[in-house]
Amino acid sequence: MKTVVIGIGHPDRGDDAVGRIVAARLRGRVPDSVSVVEADGEATALMDRFNGASNAILVDASLSGVPAGTVQRFDVTRQTLPPGRLGMSTHGFGLAEAIELARCLGRLPDSCIVYAVEAGSFEPGEPLSPEVAAAADDVVERVLTETGRSG
Amino acid sequence: MAVKTIKVENLARVEGEGALTVTIRDGKVRSAELRIFEPPRFFEAFLRGRAFSEAPDVTARICGICPVAYQMSSVHAMENALGVTLTDPIRQLRRLLYCGEWIESHGLHIYLLHAPDFLGYEGAIDMARDHPDLVQRGLTMKKAGNEIMTVLGGREIHPINVRVGGFYKAPRKADMRALIDQLQKARDVALETVRWTAGFDFPDVARDYELVSLRHPSDYPLSEGRIVSNRGLDIDASGYDAEFEEIHVAHSTALQSRKRVGGGTYMVGPLARYSLNFDRLSPLARDAARAAGLGPVCTNPYKSIIVRAVEVVYACDEALRIIEAYEEPDRSFVPVTPRAGVGYAATEAPRGLLYHRYRLADDGTILDAQIVPPTSQNQPTIEEDLTTFINDWLDLPDDQLRHRCEQTVRNYDPCISCATHFLDLRLDRG
Repeated sequence: MKTVVIGIGHPDRGDDAVGRIVAARLRGRVPDSVSVVEADGEATALMDRFNGASNAILVDASLSGVPAGTVQRFDVTRQTLPPGRLGMSTHGFGLAEAIELARCLGRLPDSCIVYAVEAGSFEPGEPLSPEVAAAADDVVERVLTETGRSG
Repeated sequence: MAVKTIKVENLARVEGEGALTVTIRDGKVRSAELRIFEPPRFFEAFLRGRAFSEAPDVTARICGICPVAYQMSSVHAMENALGVTLTDPIRQLRRLLYCGEWIESHGLHIYLLHAPDFLGYEGAIDMARDHPDLVQRGLTMKKAGNEIMTVLGGREIHPINVRVGGFYKAPRKADMRALIDQLQKARDVALETVRWTAGFDFPDVARDYELVSLRHPSDYPLSEGRIVSNRGLDIDASGYDAEFEEIHVAHSTALQSRKRVGGGTYMVGPLARYSLNFDRLSPLARDAARAAGLGPVCTNPYKSIIVRAVEVVYACDEALRIIEAYEEPDRSFVPVTPRAGVGYAATEAPRGLLYHRYRLADDGTILDAQIVPPTSQNQPTIEEDLTTFINDWLDLPDDQLRHRCEQTVRNYDPCISCATHFLDLRLDRG
């Protein structure tokens, strides 16, 4: 049962970095069976990250109209992501496409969870906004709970 | 008549973020305005005050699809400023790394972004439901490019092994040889891709473009050469700013490039490279192009998908040539001494000419930087294509017309992601 946690985003675009920041904070705190990686969100590279994993947890910024800092959890194992703007990071061809393409090709992990953190700002060079920084702490804890913390 | 507006919600298989408004009056396209929300000049400002040696790693972050192009233009510009002459083994390794990026980037665009347009699908996912084998074929081709990036770049995306003067570490011969089998398979897939795309139904259009690309004395251009055009331009990269200018237009935060004299538009990218360098392709790539019905010049932008496939054949061929001749060099880089100066370079990103200029202080600190990506150079040409070609299709229902507009933009594989996000498309029929 291999688990992969993928933090998605652009490191220099404000709240878009939240997935990567969550991934960085998880490193060293998850069990050995869990690998933690960062990605810029391009779909085929994301699909490659699924290889060999039976569980995937993806963390990305979203722009769906809810207040900034809102955390939404989606189980996409059997359902598509609801409409909204995920995969904001680098490319139009991103997270939602990676999930659906992997599903079509039979490459989606047995369990696939998406944490979407609503972004407030994508200003180049800016740090996370306070709401999103607080949400990042929350997502770190939730992912640790999901993966079984190593202590 | 009521104004009719069609809005395309988010991602339209264009890398990044943008919006397109097509205005139609009296049965003709009056204007097409492509708006790109580029973080204006963020990276140019970000580079100021950093060390010259940081440029390849900083600029690689501009784009997740073409980091090598940014690295190559930045290191060549720095080497130009610092008077560094590369050894041949380093030149070859740089070409190999660039081949990896072309294979990856073209593979993604051909199969997952552009082919669905020709086969009548909304996108790669719809296509994958009916033709998983096709999508898998594209992924196989792309993977061969990823492997080159991993062996030579240090990792698959955002390679970290490139430095001013060469590479931090030269790859081991055994690791290079291990790429051969996969690249041979990718070359076969690329040949099949040329045949496959040549069978698509193409609009019968062409325009009299000024085609601009690099040209090298012996090689199909990747990271070296003079900037030439089909209208007699032949300059060194240091002459770029005298020939071309970046201008602000009201509808876009990104700059658009035009010829300084006369204000004309020009085209960079696969069609320009191919048409100006057909004689520099490998025999296999040339034969594949001829068999696909392409002449030595191609100015139908919809056929760029075939030309990209031909370039993947070339990139696989060239990568195999370099790997088969590879011996581990004694030194993986040429020593570099900082000094004051200005450096210029243009290299061929998958999407076209990418120009960098840097001014350095005597300790090598970057005083200012200029980066002109291929998409800002192609943007006025894309708008002209739309105003020209779309007239013939105005009778189509909105959804089909919208699709044609998107396809016309995608001919250029515009990497708006150097910025990011979405393409909103509005058709205003007045």
